[in-house]
Amino acid sequence: MSRFKSIVLLMVIASLALAACSSAAATEAAAPAAEEAAPAEEAAAPAAEEMTAYTYADMTLCYPQLGAESDWRTANTASIKQTAEELGVTLIFSDAQQKQENQISAVRACIQQGVDVIALPPVVEDGWDAVLTEAKDAGIPVIIVDRSVSADSSLYAAHIGSDMFLEGQRAAEEMNKLLPDGGNILELSGTVGSGAATGRAEGFRDALNANITILDSQTGNFTRAEAIPVMEAFLKKYAGQVDGVFIHNDDMAIGAVEAIKAAGIEPGELKIVSVDGTRGGFQAMIDGWIQADVECNPLLGPQVMEMGLKLMNGEAVDPETLTNETVYYPEEAEELLPTRQY
Amino acid sequence: MKNNISPFTKFRQSRIFWPLVALLLIFIFDGIYAPGFFKLGILDGHLYGNLIDVINNGAPLVLVAIGMTMVIATGGVDLSVGAVIAISAAMGAVLINPAFGNELISNDILTQNVSRTPLGLIVLANLAAGTACGLWNGFLVSRAKIQPMVATLILMVAGRGIAQLITNGQIMTIYYTPYFFFGNGYILGLPVAVYIVLAVLGLAWLLVRKTSIGLFVESVGINAESTYYSGISEKNVKLLAYTFCGFCSAIAGLILSSYVHSADANNIGLNYELDGILSVVIGGTLMAGGRFSLLASVIGALVIRTFTITMYTVGIPANALLAAKAVLVLIVILLYSEQAHKIINAVFERKGRSKDAKN
Repeated sequence: MSRFKSIVLLMVIASLALAACSSAAATEAAAPAAEEAAPAEEAAAPAAEEMTAYTYADMTLCYPQLGAESDWRTANTASIKQTAEELGVTLIFSDAQQKQENQISAVRACIQQGVDVIALPPVVEDGWDAVLTEAKDAGIPVIIVDRSVSADSSLYAAHIGSDMFLEGQRAAEEMNKLLPDGGNILELSGTVGSGAATGRAEGFRDALNANITILDSQTGNFTRAEAIPVMEAFLKKYAGQVDGVFIHNDDMAIGAVEAIKAAGIEPGELKIVSVDGTRGGFQAMIDGWIQADVECNPLLGPQVMEMGLKLMNGEAVDPETLTNETVYYPEEAEELLPTRQY
Repeated sequence: MKNNISPFTKFRQSRIFWPLVALLLIFIFDGIYAPGFFKLGILDGHLYGNLIDVINNGAPLVLVAIGMTMVIATGGVDLSVGAVIAISAAMGAVLINPAFGNELISNDILTQNVSRTPLGLIVLANLAAGTACGLWNGFLVSRAKIQPMVATLILMVAGRGIAQLITNGQIMTIYYTPYFFFGNGYILGLPVAVYIVLAVLGLAWLLVRKTSIGLFVESVGINAESTYYSGISEKNVKLLAYTFCGFCSAIAGLILSSYVHSADANNIGLNYELDGILSVVIGGTLMAGGRFSLLASVIGALVIRTFTITMYTVGIPANALLAAKAVLVLIVILLYSEQAHKIINAVFERKGRSKDAKN
């Protein structure tokens, strides 16, 4: 028994140590540097005004990516890197492995290096005030990418991203169309507490017709492996009662389709609406399983770089920019699949 | 009375009694709150129902539990099983359409239902990758004399990184249908995974109960030093245990990736090390090592899986799922404490005595 206790204790210590040591070191180093950087930046600012407009070649962009948890994220990373290479932007890229403390220390390191623009895809909503204030004091504009932050909007220049609530509403509209006479549906939601899962769930309920009932909702953590057993259990519990399923991302949809297949249900019997628009989702649409796929676009590179350049040149930008998104249907899936980049 | 112990008392004192009690408790709970749980039907010529799901998608955990039992019996622990699952799954997925030389693997190639490597070779590479990981752990523990927890922690941290290197950071979706046989196929109405588990369990049972290896493993767990002085190579016993655990994790990786049709380096087999250890603990094998029971660990793994499926069926909200699991663990661990055993045994013994008195 004491061995077990010590294992648990050691694992807790190990995870804490791994998380803490990197951020602690960076904080100490960054704090004085940030103070030094602030006056230097102020001195540089008037000089910059006299010069002609900056180009992409002058730009150093810091992109502390939050991790690599899904196909979507991988595509997002690829887009940023590729765009930077094409435009000649100097990119400082890091991977925070889904930990906020890693991301904060990465941002501090960028402030210390005196980059021109920071583009931050925040892993969670809260707790950004301090580091955003540091960036503001250092005169470095911050673009919040993809997910949103709860910090005061005066602390960052702009937000580029998807409106998760709107995605949920779009999905609900599709479901309304697919089940005009009403019916019972199930929901496979994303990671508990993530902005994407909360926003999509709320938006969906907001726009859903009153004659459609959500029988049950359970998390699949945005992954296939967890979505399958949930769907299997659902299909047995609600055998014959279900008309549709709303799934928060394509990875879970692909998993759920496996469970639905195993239950002997034919494609199209259950109306499935999913979110993302990945290749896997397109393939499932071609095969007839998914009836509508709400896009959530990860290819944000060009938009981020363009806004970064505008900010460097002191041009006005829209503080709340939505990414260009649409809804895809099976009819066009086959044609569009080869063009999908993620 | 000592000369004729009733079969029930014998059963009650056996190692599989407490795990079975735990399983029974969950079944009773299901019987009350989710009566449909036990319904079995036949679909496309195979059995279909929640119980089949338990043994089918519980198979990877059962395999991990078998391997983990051997390691824990030697007084060690293997924290890297989840990462080994990811590595072997990645190996299998990549080999389906490997890139030769400078050839570009485009999306059209990846999404086709073909493989450019024979299935046998894919499975072999998959198993070899996991077994090699186990061998690595075994060497660190037995030869480099690093504490098991620390030695396997290395691969636990690095393993998912290695898997990401293999898959190039992508989630590999598998479209090659023969590969799905291991996780979704059926033989004589039962999932293929069940036969794989039975084969591994049989192999392990033969190994530990029909040769002296089981005895060696237990003696190493009880006292490694005196085992050494008895002329048994405790190093090789440990090496074997970790390698076997790696082998079991590799099969788990094969079944899991086949079951979910993909290899996701970040998420496949996530937290399996913890569930694996928990299965062994529920099975009643001491974390300090020594006597062990493979069958009890298997039942332990089924307890965890049954519980998870029960939670989905009963409809526990997503945000209460982990808390509910914690309650199960708490109850089981309390059931296992000496104090609880004493009380329960006292109750049974009193009953037994009165029965004997009547006779």
